[in-house]
Amino acid sequence: MSAASDVGFHAQRQARWHYGEIAFWLVVLACGFAFPTRYLIMTDILRLALFTMSLDLILGYAGIVSLGHAAFFGVGAYAAGLLALHGIVKEPVLALIVAGLAAMVLGFATSFLVIRGVDLTRLMVTLGIALLLEALAERFSNITGGTDGLQGIEMQPILGQIPFDMFGKAGFFYSLAVLFLLFLFARRVVHSPFGLSLRAIKNNPLRAAAIGIPVTRRLIAIYTLAAFYAGIAGALFTQTTAIASLDVFAFERSADLMLVLVIGGTGYLYGGLIGAVVFRMLQELFSTITPQYWQFWIGLVLVVMVLVGRQRLHRWVLYVPNLIIKQVAGRKAVVAVPESEA
Amino acid sequence: MTSILTNLFDGVAYGMLLFVLACGLAVTLGLMNFVNLAHGAFAMAGGYVCMVLVNRMGWPFFAALPLAFISSAAIGIVLERTLYRHLYARSHLDQVLFTIGLTFMSVAAVDYIQGSSRVFINLPAALQGQFDVFGVGIGRYRLMIIVICGLLTIALQMVLAKTRFGSRLRAAVDDPRAASGLGINVPQVFAFTFAFGCGLAGLGGALSAEILGLDPYFPLKFMIYFLIVVTVGGSSSITGPFLASLLLGIGDVAGKYYVPKMGPFVIYTMMILILIWRPNGLFGRTAAR
Repeated sequence: MSAASDVGFHAQRQARWHYGEIAFWLVVLACGFAFPTRYLIMTDILRLALFTMSLDLILGYAGIVSLGHAAFFGVGAYAAGLLALHGIVKEPVLALIVAGLAAMVLGFATSFLVIRGVDLTRLMVTLGIALLLEALAERFSNITGGTDGLQGIEMQPILGQIPFDMFGKAGFFYSLAVLFLLFLFARRVVHSPFGLSLRAIKNNPLRAAAIGIPVTRRLIAIYTLAAFYAGIAGALFTQTTAIASLDVFAFERSADLMLVLVIGGTGYLYGGLIGAVVFRMLQELFSTITPQYWQFWIGLVLVVMVLVGRQRLHRWVLYVPNLIIKQVAGRKAVVAVPESEA
Repeated sequence: MTSILTNLFDGVAYGMLLFVLACGLAVTLGLMNFVNLAHGAFAMAGGYVCMVLVNRMGWPFFAALPLAFISSAAIGIVLERTLYRHLYARSHLDQVLFTIGLTFMSVAAVDYIQGSSRVFINLPAALQGQFDVFGVGIGRYRLMIIVICGLLTIALQMVLAKTRFGSRLRAAVDDPRAASGLGINVPQVFAFTFAFGCGLAGLGGALSAEILGLDPYFPLKFMIYFLIVVTVGGSSSITGPFLASLLLGIGDVAGKYYVPKMGPFVIYTMMILILIWRPNGLFGRTAAR
C-alpha cells in the first residue's frame, strides 16, 4: 500500500462512526426523558458543551490559545436578545443563525489580529477584544441595557410551532438539536482534509507551510467558524434564559471555558461535551459544600490537573473502560484518547 | 491648565505604582517566558499583610511596608520552589491554566479570611491631604509613591546594570545553557528573581490599597493592566516596562477624567493597536528567542 493511500485509509477509519459515539448520543437523548425535573441544568450543560466545542475547534485542532472566547459568546447573546426584543427576527431558529453570523463577522474581522504573533500576543489580543466589547456594551447602555442587561425578552415559538415552556423542556430539546447538528458539521470538518491540515499546522506551522498548506487562510477559516459556534452558544443562552447581561463577556467565562475543555480533553470534539458535564457536576458539588467559595476548589482542580499532567490524567480515567473493552471484545481499546499537547 | 498638570501628576503616580506592581511580571513573563497570570495574587497578599499589621496590630505604616515586601517574597519563593519550577518547560496553555487556578484559589481564600468588601489601610496624618505648588494640587500620598517608586526604579536599574547578580541574571536570561556552563546557578538566579519580583508586587499592593482599591478581586481586576505593561513594554530592559507603565497610568487617568464614559475603552484599543503594530512590544527586541 502506498503512503498516500495508507494515510487515506487511516483517516477514513478514524472518521467512521463508532458504536461508542452512537451510544453516547443515545444516552444524551435518554437523559432528556429520564430527568424531566432537571431540564434547566441540562440545557445549561448543552450550551456549555457547544461553547466548549467551539474553543476546541481553535485550541485543540489549530492550537490557538484564546483567553477571550467569551467575546463571541457575548455578541451572539446580545444579538439574539436584541433581535427578539425589538422583534426584528421573531422566529428563534432564524434569529439563532443571524446571531451566529454576527459573531462570525466579528470572528473574521478579529482573526487577522489574532493569528499574528506568538502565544502570548494571542492571549493578550483575545483577552483585550473581550474586555473591549464588555466596555463597549457598558458604554452603549441605551442599546444593551448596561449593567441591568436586556430585560423583558419574549421568545416566539420555535419554527412557529413549539412554544418555550416554563419547565425548559422545549428549550432542552431545541438546544440538543442545535448541538447535535453543529456537532455533525464540526465532525465532518475536522475529519476532512481541511481538518487534517489544521492538525498539521498545530504540530508544526513551518513544516505545514512548506508542504503547501496556506497556513494563514486556514487559521482565519477555523477561527471564523469557531466564532460562529460560540455565537450560536451565546444566542442559545439568551433564548433559553430570556436574559442577556454584561457578564456574558466576563473574563471568568473565558477562563471557565478553558477549564471545561481541559477537563474533557482537547482535540477530539467529545472533550467539550464530557468536560461540560463534569464541570457542572463539580460546580454543583462544590457549591453545595461551600456556596460562596466554590471558586477555590475549581482553582484547586485546575492546579492539580496541570501538575499531575493532563495526558497522564486522561490515561488514568480511560484505564478502566479500556481494560473492560479489552477483556470483553478482545481487541484494542476504541475509547477515544485525546490528542497530544495543545 | 492646572487640572492638566494635576492629572499628569496623578497619572505619573499611578504609572509608577503599576511599574512596581508589574516589574516582577516583566521578569517572569518577559525574561523567563513564563505566563504568570497569578502575579496580582502576590500583590494582594502584600496589601492584606500591610492592612492587618497597620489596622489590627497598630504598626506604623512605614514599618509595615517592608513586611509586605518580605511576606510576598516569602510566599513567592515557597511557591516557586514547590510548584512553579515544574512548569517552566511546559506549554503556555498549561502555564495559563495553572496560574488561573492559583488566582481563583487566592481570590476565594482571601474572601474567606478577610471578607469580600474593599479594605482601607489607616494612613498616618502626614500622608493625608494635598498641598499646592503654583496652583497645582499635589497629593501627599501620591508624592510619596512617586518618590518611593522612583528610587526603587533607579535601584533596580543599578542592580541590573552594575552588580554581579545583575550580569548573572542577564546572562541566565540570554542563554540559560551557556550561563550554566559558565558555572552560574541558573535555577537559583531565577528563584531569587522570582521572589524579588513577588516582593515588589507585595510592596506595590500595600501602596496601591489607597489608590487602586484592595479587595479579593484585585488579582483578576488588575491582571490585564500588568499584562499590558509587560507586553507593551517589552522585556529587553526595565526601561521598556517603566515607560509603558507611565504611558498606561497617564492614559488611564486622563481617559477617566476627560472621556469618563469611554473609560477602559481607550486603554484596550491602544494595547491592541500597539500589539498589532509591534508584536514584541514597543521597546522589545525584534528577534524572539
